[in-house]
Amino acid sequence: MFKTLIFGFLLGIVGTIAAIYYLPVVDQYRESSIITVAPNGGNTEAFHMNIPMDRIMIGAPDQAEPVPPGLEWPDGEAFSGLHAELFKVRNADDMVIGVASRVASESEEFGDSIEWVVHLPARGTLHISIPPEAVDGDSRVGTLRAGTREFGTMHGRVSERWVANTDDEDEDAPDGRIELETILVGEFADEEQEETS
Amino acid sequence: MIRLLIALVVGVVLGAIAAAALLFYNPLAARNKLSPLSVSDQEIISLAYSAVAQDAIVYTNDGESRVHPRPVKVQQLWEAPIRRTDVLVTVLSDSRNNPAGIGIKFMSDSEQTRLINGDALVDSAWHIVLPERGSLFVSQTENYWNFLRQIVVPAYWSSGDSWKGMWHGNTTIGPGALGTARVWGGYGEFAGLDSEAVEAISARAYSVAEGPVAMEGSLTIEVANRVESQAAELVTN
Repeated sequence: MFKTLIFGFLLGIVGTIAAIYYLPVVDQYRESSIITVAPNGGNTEAFHMNIPMDRIMIGAPDQAEPVPPGLEWPDGEAFSGLHAELFKVRNADDMVIGVASRVASESEEFGDSIEWVVHLPARGTLHISIPPEAVDGDSRVGTLRAGTREFGTMHGRVSERWVANTDDEDEDAPDGRIELETILVGEFADEEQEETS
Repeated sequence: MIRLLIALVVGVVLGAIAAAALLFYNPLAARNKLSPLSVSDQEIISLAYSAVAQDAIVYTNDGESRVHPRPVKVQQLWEAPIRRTDVLVTVLSDSRNNPAGIGIKFMSDSEQTRLINGDALVDSAWHIVLPERGSLFVSQTENYWNFLRQIVVPAYWSSGDSWKGMWHGNTTIGPGALGTARVWGGYGEFAGLDSEAVEAISARAYSVAEGPVAMEGSLTIEVANRVESQAAELVTN
């Protein structure tokens, strides 16, 4: 019986360590990435946020109806030129795949700026900088400043535009949506092109 | 036969407990290293924030975690791809404790977590806007193993379901080779910045029911390697 106890003891140690080693503690849920190849090269991916349902926060001074209710945006001159928003981010299939922040800053010294940070837990994070001036009337075009993990070696353009809802029949339809479209190229592809040329 | 089976089961249970204790008390796992930025001769920015959710402007998670979202009616991150993600929006204070800007922190449990190595990892990113200076993006991997081992588990073992004391530790372990976070500048005086940072937390009280009760976080950011300005200097020369 004592030998069985010792055998069980060793089995328990080995089994526990094997389970901790092999069983994943964290397994992030993944939606399939919906990526298309742009005609002139690069990968195109579209993200959007339905407004108002995907808006988690609007951080701005003197809001009559703060989002979320009960939000206390800090007072002070330092925060007067800031307009910060938080969103849930959806893919082209309208599935939530991440969260994002958008901060618009007004500054006499540095000029106006718009920045996005798009965080996709299973894939990585993008830091996007967009000039406030619209191109073609309805969209702004900026650049990917930095990316992590899957986006770590990427660079390219990102456009932002507001698309109003025109379906008056559906009462539950959003007012519209903010679309973010990325056209990104990996650094490895560039290096290959340079070598070829 | 039944005796042997009971002996086997008891042995397996004791072995499992012994293995868990070995991992938990492993002194080689996740040692708290000195921040490499503490000996830096570059300009350093120090930003502090309250790491207590109820002090935040907004804190949200899946709504089922120990730490409750704030404000109460904030949208929760219940969808499957973001269920293991927390978002914190907070005021960042400078070294004189004056409000310096806003920080938005995204934190997702990392699939690289390996408890056997003492790694309880979180992939996190900061979107920092300091209106009078510019913006920063900080990406890092954090390890909360020491925090779990020295604060959270003792809180569960305590008869009062809480922990009190003084604990300070760096949470940043990468992606930098020296265990530092990667920092990119956005606009303003930080435009073109490519640098490093370290995040640390100082805890004084923790409750099983509410999570951190008295806890501050700090970001130490090295302001160096201004890519654009260096490039401009080279062009000028």
